[in-house]
Amino acid sequence: MITLEHVSKTYGGFTAVDDVSFTALPGRVTGFLGPNGAGKSTSMRIMVGLTHADHGTATIGGHKYADIPNPGRHVGVLLDASAQHAGRTGREVLALSALTMGLPESRVDEMLALVGLSDSEAKRRVRNYSLGMRQRLGIANALMADPSVLILDEPANGLDPAGIHWMRSLLRSYAERGGTVLLSSHLLHEVEMIADEMVLIGRGRIVAQGTKAELLHTHGTFVRAEHPQKLAAALAEADIKASPSGDGGLRAECDPIDIGRVAAAAGVVLAELRPAEGAGLEELFLELTADDARETVTTEGVQL
Amino acid sequence: MTATTYAELDLTGTTRPPMSRLVKVELRKMVDTRAGMWLLITIAAVTVLATTIFGLAGHDQDRTFYNFMQFAGAPQGVLLPVLGILLVTQEWSQRTAMVTFTLEPRRSRTLAAKVYAALLLGLAAFVVAVGVATLATVVFGGTDPWRNLGGIDFAKFAILQFSGILQGLAFGLLFLSSAFAIVLFFVLPTGFSILFNTVPALEDSAPWIDFGTAQGPLGDVGNLSGQEWAQLAITGTAWVILPFLAGLWRMLRAEVK
Repeated sequence: MITLEHVSKTYGGFTAVDDVSFTALPGRVTGFLGPNGAGKSTSMRIMVGLTHADHGTATIGGHKYADIPNPGRHVGVLLDASAQHAGRTGREVLALSALTMGLPESRVDEMLALVGLSDSEAKRRVRNYSLGMRQRLGIANALMADPSVLILDEPANGLDPAGIHWMRSLLRSYAERGGTVLLSSHLLHEVEMIADEMVLIGRGRIVAQGTKAELLHTHGTFVRAEHPQKLAAALAEADIKASPSGDGGLRAECDPIDIGRVAAAAGVVLAELRPAEGAGLEELFLELTADDARETVTTEGVQL
Repeated sequence: MTATTYAELDLTGTTRPPMSRLVKVELRKMVDTRAGMWLLITIAAVTVLATTIFGLAGHDQDRTFYNFMQFAGAPQGVLLPVLGILLVTQEWSQRTAMVTFTLEPRRSRTLAAKVYAALLLGLAAFVVAVGVATLATVVFGGTDPWRNLGGIDFAKFAILQFSGILQGLAFGLLFLSSAFAIVLFFVLPTGFSILFNTVPALEDSAPWIDFGTAQGPLGDVGNLSGQEWAQLAITGTAWVILPFLAGLWRMLRAEVK
């Protein structure tokens, strides 16, 4: 279990992490989701003590990370696959970790096999590795001691589709055996596919958290009219908030029948009227981080 | 991992990695890259080369064990500090500190392991230098080559070697950058000697301020005077111990990313 309570970190005047609290539970894969620079990596560094928080506490299984003896045995960490000595061979990188943690050298071969790095690849120096290979090496490093908690920052970065599939099943089986898995990503689809729980962060703040089902559950109505402007005007007059939602339709935060009444009263012909389906994480994500995103994105796509 | 849930981590049965293991890891880090390996090979090769050249070219009455030891030590005095610097800074320039400090979050333990590793490497260099000097004396030795030799000479030589590698370590900690630490390590003493040589008023105070000047008597025959020991202690504090403490403070607090 990973617990963050009111964690904050500022750099000069810039607040990177702002009062962040959440829990990643055992037996679950928790997705830590947010746009670039939202504070995911800083939060993860705070969890393992590489960055000191200004306020708040971060514990892993009830302990501060620094108080865990030989923490690699309990917590598998991959924060940056590129943070490896370019001049060491992949095998040597793992061998150093195995030696530090007191694991037999045979474990290195097992891990290389697990992440699919061949003998000749393991003998190459890390400088000649692709990002995907570094990522596999980093995952091997994190899994080496068979820890019960995994903290992975953007682990799918650079992996090919087969690699992503492999990692997904690997992490899934880890959680099923009771492990705690926290992984971050800025790619929604990736997290949607694998995570049971989700924590969404934008500009240092948690903007939403819960199970995937909870977050995807939406209420509201989708409506498409013959004359969208006329409907929009009628809804505005009736004080119903509606926003454009693909295909010239509108999404409103009310029940379908309310829209029907307004349309009937205004004499607007409707082409479609139904409860809005699960808007998908993407819409939710864009909506929640709209103020924080670097690009202005509308749910209708890029306006040309 | 068994099929239970882990709200709490059960830490019984896990112990910290013993210091001996951390030292082993640090020593291994010095030899498992081409750069590190070649630095060690270079140190050994230059040691042999310097003594051989002196053995072939030196005057008969100069070819004593004592002088051979000086010649073996001179190139080491330049390269050992670089070793000390790299021991620390490669973790930052190659960003491996992220893994190192994740596996041992008590950073002071990792640093202690680096200090021990540095001392062991210094000891190895000392043994090699003495060994090479002995061999050179047997092969090239002039008239009465073992004359004027006392235990104090070995002690002075050891102080020179160990202070160099520790000063390198301290500079590495202070600057956390290979290039910066190496350049300053060599530029500062040169700058000081230019300063002391051009400003006559400062010349007398040089051994009280400049570590290099205070180390000078370590290369002379015989024991140091009380004043010279004092100068060595004061400049050593200023140039090795204080930078080390400042660097320690910096490394313990630094954000690792």
